[in-house]
Amino acid sequence: MAEATATFDVRRHGSAGVLDIRGDVTAGSEDVLMKAYESAGEVTAVVLNFAGLSYMNSGGIGLLVTLLVRAKRRSQRLLAYGLSEHYRQIFELTRLDEAIGIHDTEQDALAAAGVARRGEHHE
Amino acid sequence: MSSNDERPTAANRDAANWAKMVSRLKVAQVPDGAVNLNVDGRQLASPIQGFGKMWQKTYLVRLPGERIAPAEVIATWRRQFGDFWPSGNHFYGPLTGIEPGDVALLNLRMPGGSKLSTGVMVLYADEESFTLMTPQGHMFAGWITFSAAQQGDETVVQTQVLMRASDPVFELALTMGGHGQEDRFWGETLGNVAAHFGCPEAVVDTKVVCVDKRRQWSRWRNVWHSSAIRSAIYMAEAPIRGAQNLTHRRHPAS
Repeated sequence: MAEATATFDVRRHGSAGVLDIRGDVTAGSEDVLMKAYESAGEVTAVVLNFAGLSYMNSGGIGLLVTLLVRAKRRSQRLLAYGLSEHYRQIFELTRLDEAIGIHDTEQDALAAAGVARRGEHHE
Repeated sequence: MSSNDERPTAANRDAANWAKMVSRLKVAQVPDGAVNLNVDGRQLASPIQGFGKMWQKTYLVRLPGERIAPAEVIATWRRQFGDFWPSGNHFYGPLTGIEPGDVALLNLRMPGGSKLSTGVMVLYADEESFTLMTPQGHMFAGWITFSAAQQGDETVVQTQVLMRASDPVFELALTMGGHGQEDRFWGETLGNVAAHFGCPEAVVDTKVVCVDKRRQWSRWRNVWHSSAIRSAIYMAEAPIRGAQNLTHRRHPAS
């Protein structure tokens, strides 16, 4: 129902795709998020960078559940970093943290995904 | 942009809209006539913790936008939430209306005349939407988002459910008519909202999408918390409780 107010830039790190999230994540972000996810291509892990997030409502949390289903279907891991304390608590409250690995830094997230930080290219 | 040193920059301007962190639910006040069962001490359950297929169900109704603003719809809905439910079902929330973190009791009418006692927590609420999340043992694991938004010259009022049946028993019940019953429940609710705003003829559109066809068999043990089974046991024990109460009244403890 709502319009998209977030952007999702995609980077590749070896076999992982990193999605840099900027702006407001709401239910209206579905199309742009899913397009960004698809453009990451054949990856073994998807890392969500929340450092640029300015706002997320319950519709945004719902989107992450949908993204998680897609990733599981492709046997991909879903990880996150850059979450503020507030959003970490929301991940905990909604129990998303049981399925999405939360890390402090990109390096930690990539290491947890088993991806070494070597070459990087933007898509 | 790539940096290992990036710090979180979220402004948290939505902090007041979200419920505070809780690990277990606690009902603050039990209104007269409400059955407080299957809520206290339970954890919240997202679709990730559910058992059945994952569904996204959207029910929406269009109201004339020039005289009904989205914020007005949501404010009224939050204040009188239970009043819009189909008759025979009870939402026991705070009298002041829906606020983030509130825990409400639900006493629902089930087929065959049985009653199901469960609850919900208000996960999120702002001027244009609010979300209720279910506890362990509810018929489904997930959340329901109620929202209103301006689209052209219309105010679109929507209920969206993201859910998995909590356990195999509820999955079977949903397959054998439960989904239809839920569709009728929310259709009737939205119809009541529309009627409240002077549009009793408004048509409710329903869209159902199966987000994940797979069942999460590792979650079959959720049946232990089943509110249906526990509500049935509670009802079956009613004569025993009645007899005990009578005995206590005749022979009060000194």
